[in-house]
Amino acid sequence: MNTTRVDLRKVWVPGLLLIILVLLAALPVRRPGYTVILVGSILVYIVLTVSWVIFSGPTGYISLAPAAFFGVGMYASAVLGMALPLPVVICIGGLASSCLALAVGALTLRLRGIYFAIFTFGLVELIKHLLLWYEINMTGTRGRFVVLVDNNTIYYVMLAILVMTLLAAYLIRRSRYGLALQSIGQDEEAAVHAGINVTALKIVTFGISAVFVGAAGAIWATQLTYIDPYIAFNPLNSFMPVLMAIFGGVGQLYGPILGAAVLAYSREVLITEFPYYYMLLFGIMLVVAILYLPHGLVGLMQKLWLRVSGGQHANT
Amino acid sequence: MPILEGEGVTKHFGGLAAVSRVDFGVGQGEVVGLIGPNGAGKTTLFNLISGALVPKAGSIRFNGENITGLKPHKICRMGVARTFQSVKVFANMPAFENVLLGSLFGCSTGTSSAAATREATDLLEFMGLSAVSAIPAKDLTLGNQKRLEVARALATKPELLLLDELMAGLNHTEVAEAMELVTRIREQGITVFMIEHVMKAIMSVCDRIMVLHHGEKLAEGTPEEIAASKTVIEVYLGE
Repeated sequence: MNTTRVDLRKVWVPGLLLIILVLLAALPVRRPGYTVILVGSILVYIVLTVSWVIFSGPTGYISLAPAAFFGVGMYASAVLGMALPLPVVICIGGLASSCLALAVGALTLRLRGIYFAIFTFGLVELIKHLLLWYEINMTGTRGRFVVLVDNNTIYYVMLAILVMTLLAAYLIRRSRYGLALQSIGQDEEAAVHAGINVTALKIVTFGISAVFVGAAGAIWATQLTYIDPYIAFNPLNSFMPVLMAIFGGVGQLYGPILGAAVLAYSREVLITEFPYYYMLLFGIMLVVAILYLPHGLVGLMQKLWLRVSGGQHANT
Repeated sequence: MPILEGEGVTKHFGGLAAVSRVDFGVGQGEVVGLIGPNGAGKTTLFNLISGALVPKAGSIRFNGENITGLKPHKICRMGVARTFQSVKVFANMPAFENVLLGSLFGCSTGTSSAAATREATDLLEFMGLSAVSAIPAKDLTLGNQKRLEVARALATKPELLLLDELMAGLNHTEVAEAMELVTRIREQGITVFMIEHVMKAIMSVCDRIMVLHHGEKLAEGTPEEIAASKTVIEVYLGE
């Protein structure tokens, strides 16, 4: 009945993605300067949000660890940036974050619900304060400078990381492991009794999702030129992906992308236009979204689509 | 040789002995019933067999292999599948995907996606769920949800199936259907160990019945022996 629609999708979804990718890739040539930095920062938030959704979306384990993984990537970049070439630094940033995620996952993924959320949030604070203690007592200085990289390189690296993140998210989602992750979110006990090694699956997925966050942190740090534990392990970087994913709607892959893009852009605009009221306005936006968009932007779009198409597919 | 054997299986919750030094055995191809008043430790025993809980003492062997304390997914892959007293389906996933997960992950040998899809389709057919295969599990009737659980369990290709109160909450027609289902499962060569409160069902379907009371084995025998046993009647009806 809707085979024609499915066939159409097979053509226009990849086509649309390709066009967007080409446009994004051409951006530094056509609009250099501030636009590149602005779009680059939006790309960072999309990476953070989509990697968060890879693990937390299907399983329902709310992780507040992204800031920890992001920060580890930043510090990898700050410590190694002078000594090693950029691609190596970025890989190390991603791997270091992933190792942290695997270790933390092995320790804590037996915790469920709010306990897991609180622990992961505690992790961010723990690393931040450990680093502060180390810097003050051992090196005697707080913070470090990061090697400079030009804006266009940062942008292209960011874009490459984003493409890899999306690819990973898509492949995991459509694989049997994506289905298994979903079943963990629905009923973990039933999942384990259906033969799914839930512990291993959760830990590995958590580790994979952290790679991209760490890599993004490593390249992002070069744009900041100076970082200290407060900047690198800013708890906002943990909350933003959660808010952006919920704002976009976690049911579909394009939901978190949309949510991250819209919120990250509004955040930039609000910061530049209303520096004093930015947090207030941003907060109001979120409250309104949560009250009136229970299924996020995706839910809104689906509702509109139904209205446009006259609801003829409502019962299929 | 029995397919499932337990020796002195014990589990305490705090000071309470939920299951206490229970010996049991289930023979290849048998249908064995497990009955007892509420709180007798029946579900706890199932949890111990399937690996959800680890016994404090005693050992459980499946096909001669010691499975005591193994992780539930391992025990499932070895060939022990189960259903749950309170239905546990993957609520927001279509019935088909519920069963598909069992086919994809429940088998030690590994399954290709195509084979798993075929198996899941066949099983839904076998359980009479083909018509609802695309409907989210949460929107099925209780009877169908229970069938779906059985289908998911069968998808893991078990040799032994543990059914925890399959018939609780079902109406007369559904109970009759469920009884027929147990017989059909047995015809496939799968051994069944079932907890049940519906006496009519358990008496007619089972080869042997085991009675638990306060975590201890009270009696064991054929349905006729159990129905005539004075101690069993006392436990159920009082002296």
